[in-house]
Amino acid sequence: MSNEESFRPTVLQRILDDINFMMCLGLVIPTVFYTLWGVMEVATIPLGK
Amino acid sequence: MAITTAQSPFRTDPLTGLRIDLTAQALVKVNAVLAVVFLLVGGTAGLLVALTRWPAVHLLPADLFYMALTAHGIVALMVWIIFFEIAVLYFVASTLLSCRLAAPKLAWTQVVLMVVGAAMTFVAILQGDSSVMMTSYVPMNAAPHFYLGLILFAVGALIGCGVFWGTLVIAAEEKTYEGTLPLTVYGCVIATIIAVFTIASGAIILIPTFLWSLGLIKSIDPMMYRVIWWAFGHSSQQINVTAHITIWYTVAGLAFGAKPMSEKVSRTAFLLYICFLQFGSVHHLLSDPGLSSAWKIFNTSYMMYLAVLASLIHGLTVPGSIEVAQRRSGLNNGLFEWLRKCPWGNPVFSSTILSIIIFGFIGGVTGVVMSVEQVNMIIHNTIYVPGHFHGTVAGGTTLAFMGLTYYLIPVLFQRQVIMKPLAALQPWLFGIGTSIFAIAIMGAGTLGVPRRHWDVTFAGQALGFEWPGMAQMMLAIGEIGGVIAVLGGALFCVIVVGSILIGEPVPANAKNIVAPPADAGGHKEIGMGGFEAPGTFILAMVLFVTLVLYYFVNFKYLATLWTLT
Amino acid sequence: MGYSFTAPAKNWATEPIERTEILWIVIAGSWCLFMFCWMIAWHWIGNQNMANEAYKTTPEAYAKKVEEFTAKYTVRQDKSDPSLPVVAPPPGSDVYLAASRWQWRPIVEFQKGKSYRVHISSLDWDHGFSLQPENINFTAYPGYDAVVTMTPNKTGTFGIVCNEYCGIGHHTMLGRIYVKE
Repeated sequence: MSNEESFRPTVLQRILDDINFMMCLGLVIPTVFYTLWGVMEVATIPLGK
Repeated sequence: MAITTAQSPFRTDPLTGLRIDLTAQALVKVNAVLAVVFLLVGGTAGLLVALTRWPAVHLLPADLFYMALTAHGIVALMVWIIFFEIAVLYFVASTLLSCRLAAPKLAWTQVVLMVVGAAMTFVAILQGDSSVMMTSYVPMNAAPHFYLGLILFAVGALIGCGVFWGTLVIAAEEKTYEGTLPLTVYGCVIATIIAVFTIASGAIILIPTFLWSLGLIKSIDPMMYRVIWWAFGHSSQQINVTAHITIWYTVAGLAFGAKPMSEKVSRTAFLLYICFLQFGSVHHLLSDPGLSSAWKIFNTSYMMYLAVLASLIHGLTVPGSIEVAQRRSGLNNGLFEWLRKCPWGNPVFSSTILSIIIFGFIGGVTGVVMSVEQVNMIIHNTIYVPGHFHGTVAGGTTLAFMGLTYYLIPVLFQRQVIMKPLAALQPWLFGIGTSIFAIAIMGAGTLGVPRRHWDVTFAGQALGFEWPGMAQMMLAIGEIGGVIAVLGGALFCVIVVGSILIGEPVPANAKNIVAPPADAGGHKEIGMGGFEAPGTFILAMVLFVTLVLYYFVNFKYLATLWTLT
Repeated sequence: MGYSFTAPAKNWATEPIERTEILWIVIAGSWCLFMFCWMIAWHWIGNQNMANEAYKTTPEAYAKKVEEFTAKYTVRQDKSDPSLPVVAPPPGSDVYLAASRWQWRPIVEFQKGKSYRVHISSLDWDHGFSLQPENINFTAYPGYDAVVTMTPNKTGTFGIVCNEYCGIGHHTMLGRIYVKE
C-alpha cells in the first residue's frame, strides 16, 4: 500500500484522467471558438445600403 | 431495507470471462436490436434513393424521392447510429468496468424517448409535408412534430449519456477498477463529451425552430440557423468517429490480444479531439458569405489541423497495435506476414480492417481536402459531399459497428452467429459496395453534379444543359455500388435478427474467445530496423502520399477557375 | 500485460513512445502545419478566394435592386427562354442575381477577362449558386447580400444550378451566364 501512496502520476496523466475537466474543455472550447465567434460573425454583418 | 433477489444481478460470460450486469445486458440488447431495425428502415430508404439517382432506373417521382432522401438521412445517419452508440456506452461502462448500470429506470426512459422521437419524426416525413432533408434549413418548414420528434430523440440520447457517466461515477466509488480508465472506456468518455456539446447545440436551434413551426416565434435567421445547426449536425458525426475509433482499438484487443502501442499517444490524440474536433462544424459554411476567413480557417483546420493529426495518429496506432500483437505472437517475418495471416474470413476482423481502410483512404483523405477553405468552392453541395460522408459514416462507422455486433451476438444474446459463410462475405459486400458508391459519386461531384437533386438531366428545362458523359457514367456506377452496399446491409440485418431468433445457443462450457494478451507471448525482439510496426508504417506512408497528391491535384484544378476575389 | 479494454499500467504516462509512432507524428504533424500555412498563403498566391463581403438586406429591397439592374442593362430576351431578359452590365459594375423558387434571375452576359461584382441573394429560402461546368459553388441566403468579384477566364455558356435543396421544384431551378470575348 505504501508503494501506491508514493506513486505520483505526471501532470499529463492527471489531466487526461480527469474526465470532468475534459468535459469542461470539450464544452467550453468549441462553444467559444466555433459557436460564439461564429454567431458574432453573423451578427456583425453590416446593413446594406 | 435490504432487498434480496433470488438471482444475482450479474452473470459471468463464458466466452469472454466478463461479468455482465443483467439489467445492462437487457438494455444493451434492446438498444442494439432497435438500431438494427432502424438500419433496415434507413437502408430501404437508401435503396429507393439509389434506384432513383441511377439515371437508367429513375424509380421514384420527385416528391417521393425527396421524402425518401429525408428519411434516409435521418434514420441511417442519426437513428441507427445513435441507438447503437447508446448500446455501446451501456455495454462498455457496465461490463468492461464490471459495474452495475446506473439508474436503470432512466435508461429505460432513454429507450422510450428515443423510440417515440424517432417514430414521430419518421411519421412526419411519411405524411409528406416534411421533406426538408436532414438539415431542415429554415425558412423552409416542416411539420411541428418533425422537430419535436428530433428533440425527444436528442433528450433520450442525452439521458443515455448521463446513465453512462453515472455508471462511471459508481465504478469509481465502488472501486471496480484501479487507477486509469481503460482506453475503450476512455474513448467512450470522449464520445460522450462531444455528444453533450452536440445535443446542447441541437437543443439551442431545434427548440426555437419547433416553436417557430407552431407560429410562436416569428422568424429564425437562416444564417444563424446554419451556424448553430451544424454545431449539432457535424458534431454528431464526430461522435461517430470517436465511437468507431474506440471500437477499432477494442476489437484489436479482443481479436488479437493487442494493447495500444502507447497509451500516452492514443490518449493525447483523444485530448486533441476534445479540444478541436468540433470545430469541423464550419465545413458546411466555408462557401457561405459574410463569415470571415479568420473564423473559417481557424475552425476548418481544427486549430492548425491538430484534430487531423489526432486522426492520423489513431490511423497508425490501431493497425500498429495489431501488428505488434501479431509479431509478439510469433508472426514476425518480413513486412507483412502479420497482415497476411490475419483472419480475413472472420467478419469481426474484416469489418474492422475495412472500416479502417475506407475511413482513412476514402472518408479521411477527401475530408481533409474538401475542408480547405478555398477547395470547398469546387466541392460545396455537389454530390461529392455525400460521397465523402458515406466513406466516413457507412464505410467507417457502420462497418465498425457491424464488426462489433458479430463479436457481441454470442456474448450478449448467447447465440451463435448463423450462416457463417454469408457472414464472412457480408462485410466485403457492404464495404466494397460502399467504396464504389463513394468513389464514383465523388467523381461525379468533381464534375459539378449537385447533391439532393432528382433529375440531373434537366429534362424539359429551357436552360438545361448536359453533363459530360463521364458524370452520367459515374452516377450509374456509383448507384450500382449503392445497391450492392444495401444488399450487404440487408444481409447484415438478416444475419443479426436470424442469429438472435434461431441461432444455436452458446453452450455453458464454451471456450473463451478473447485472444490471450499478446505481450505475454514471449517474443521480445520484434519488428525491423528498430521499428516495432514497420509494415503499418509503410501503409501509413501510402496514405500520406495519397493525401499529399490528392491535395495538390485539387489545388491545380482550383487554379484553372475564374478568378474570384 | 493488458488489452486496449483493460486498465493500463499505473505509470502509463511515463512509458517511452515507440519509434514508429514518433516518426509518424513528426511526418504527419509537419504536413498538418504545411496545410495550415498553405491555406492562409493561398489568399495571396492564389486567384480563387472568397472576400466574404456581405450585407444584411431584405428580400423586398434586394428584389428591387435586381429589378433596377435588369431594367438598366437588358440587351435582349434569351433565345432558350424568351421570358428571360439577358442583361449585359458594363465591366466593373455591380451585378445582382436573385434566387427564388425555382429560378435564377436574370441571365447575364459578361466579357472574358473583365471583373464584375456579383451579388448573390435569395428572395425566399436557402438556394445554391453552382456555376457549371466551371464548378464554382456558393450559398444564397434570404436576407443576406453576398458579393463575389468574378473574372471569367473563358468564354461560353455557363449554367447556374441550384444545389441547395429548396423544395419540390429544386431540380428545375436553373440560371445562365454567357461569357463572350
